[in-house]
Amino acid sequence: MQGLDFSVVVPYWDLLLTGAWWTAVLTVSAGALSFVFGILFAVIVLYAPAIIAYPVRAFMWVFMGTPLLLQLFLIYFGLVQIGIDIPALVAGIVGLGFHFAVYNADVIRAGIVAVDVGQTEGARSIGFGKWQALHYVVIPQAVRNTAPPIGSNLIALLKESSIVSVIGIAELVHSAQLAISETFRPFEFYITAAALYYILNLVLEAALHRFERHVEVSR
Amino acid sequence: MSRVFPFFVEAAFVTLELTVLALVLGLVAAAPAATARMSRSAILRTIGTVYVSLFRGTPCLIQLFVLYFGGPQIGINLDPFGAGVIGLGLNIGAYMAESIRGAVMAVDRGQTEAARTIGFSRFQTLRKVVLPQAARLMIRPLGVNTVALLKGSALVSTISVVELTYTAQRFIGSTYKPFEIFGVAALLYMIMVYAVARIVDLLDKRFAII
Repeated sequence: MQGLDFSVVVPYWDLLLTGAWWTAVLTVSAGALSFVFGILFAVIVLYAPAIIAYPVRAFMWVFMGTPLLLQLFLIYFGLVQIGIDIPALVAGIVGLGFHFAVYNADVIRAGIVAVDVGQTEGARSIGFGKWQALHYVVIPQAVRNTAPPIGSNLIALLKESSIVSVIGIAELVHSAQLAISETFRPFEFYITAAALYYILNLVLEAALHRFERHVEVSR
Repeated sequence: MSRVFPFFVEAAFVTLELTVLALVLGLVAAAPAATARMSRSAILRTIGTVYVSLFRGTPCLIQLFVLYFGGPQIGINLDPFGAGVIGLGLNIGAYMAESIRGAVMAVDRGQTEAARTIGFSRFQTLRKVVLPQAARLMIRPLGVNTVALLKGSALVSTISVVELTYTAQRFIGSTYKPFEIFGVAALLYMIMVYAVARIVDLLDKRFAII
C-alpha cells in the first residue's frame, strides 16, 4: 500500500484535458446522430411500409437487447471481417449514435402518437400534405414534448462514451490509462478522470436545463 | 461453433450470477439511500444525495477501474469477480435509490395526511399506507434498472471477469470470426434481457391496481 499523492496528476493535466475535449466531441457528434436517426427510426416504425418498418423494428429490438460494448466490438471488429475497414473514431461515433438513436426513437415514437389528432387534421384541412403535416406540425411538437427524456439519454451517452476507450479512441479514459501506464498510479488518475466526467455532466445538465426552459417559454 | 457453444452457455450463467448478486447489493444500498434522501435530517439527506449524485454523475466503467485498479493503493484488494459485483452493485444502487424515491413521492400526499389524521404514526403511515402503494409503482422502474444492469455487466469484461463478453473476445482471438462469435453472444444476451423484461411485465400486471 502506497500513500496517495494527487500531485502526480499535474504533469499530465494537458493530456487529461485533451481526453475530456474528445469525450465532449464524441458526445456531441454521437448525440446529434442519435437525435436525427431517433426521429428517422420513429417515423419509419410508425409510417413506413412493412418491408422497411419491420427490418428497422428488428434492428431496434436487437440494439435494445444487447450491451453497447458488444455492439462496438461487432461494428469495429466485425466489419473488418467483411472487408469494411473503418477508423476507430468513426466506429465509436456510429456505435454510440445508433445505440442511443434506438432509445430516442422509442421515446419520440411515443411522443408522436401522443400529439393530438386534431393537430394533423388542422394541418391537413389548411392544405398541408401528409408529410408536410408530419414535418412542420407533428414532429416539432413531439420532439418538444419529449425533450426531457431525450436529454437524459444524452447524459447517459456522455457517461457511456467512456466505453469506446476499449477500441482505442483517445478520449478521457484512454488518456488516464496512458498516464497510468507511465506512473502506475491508477487511483489518482481514475479519480481525476471521474471528477472531469462529473464536471462535464454538470455542464451538460445545465445546458439541457436552459434549453428546456427555452422551449417552454416559446410555447 | 458447436465446440465453443458450451463455453458460451457457461459464460452466460456467470453474467446471470453477476447480475443477481449486483442486484441484491444494489437493493441493499438503494433502500437506505432512498430513505436517507427523504429523511428529515439534513446530514442523512446530504449523505444520500452525495452517494446518488457521485455514482450517477460518473461512468460505471471508471467506478469499476477505481475499485479494481485503484483499490490496492488504498488497501482494498479484490479479485475481478468481487470488484465486478461491488462496482456494478454500488452503481445500480444509486439509480435504484432514485427509482424507489420516485415511487414513494408519486403516492398522493393526501394518503399520508389522511393516515396521520386518523392517528397513524409517521412509521405506521409509511409501513401500512405509503409503501404498499409505492411498491407497485416501483416494479417497472426497478425492472428497467435491472435490464440496464444485465447489459451493463458486459463492462466487467474490461477487468477480466470471465463472463459472456470476455468469453466472446477470447474466442475471437482464436477463431477470427467476430460476426459469428459476437452474434452468439448477442443472442444469449437478448434471451436473458427479454426474459427479464417479460418477468417485469408479468409482475407489473400481477400487482396492478386496476
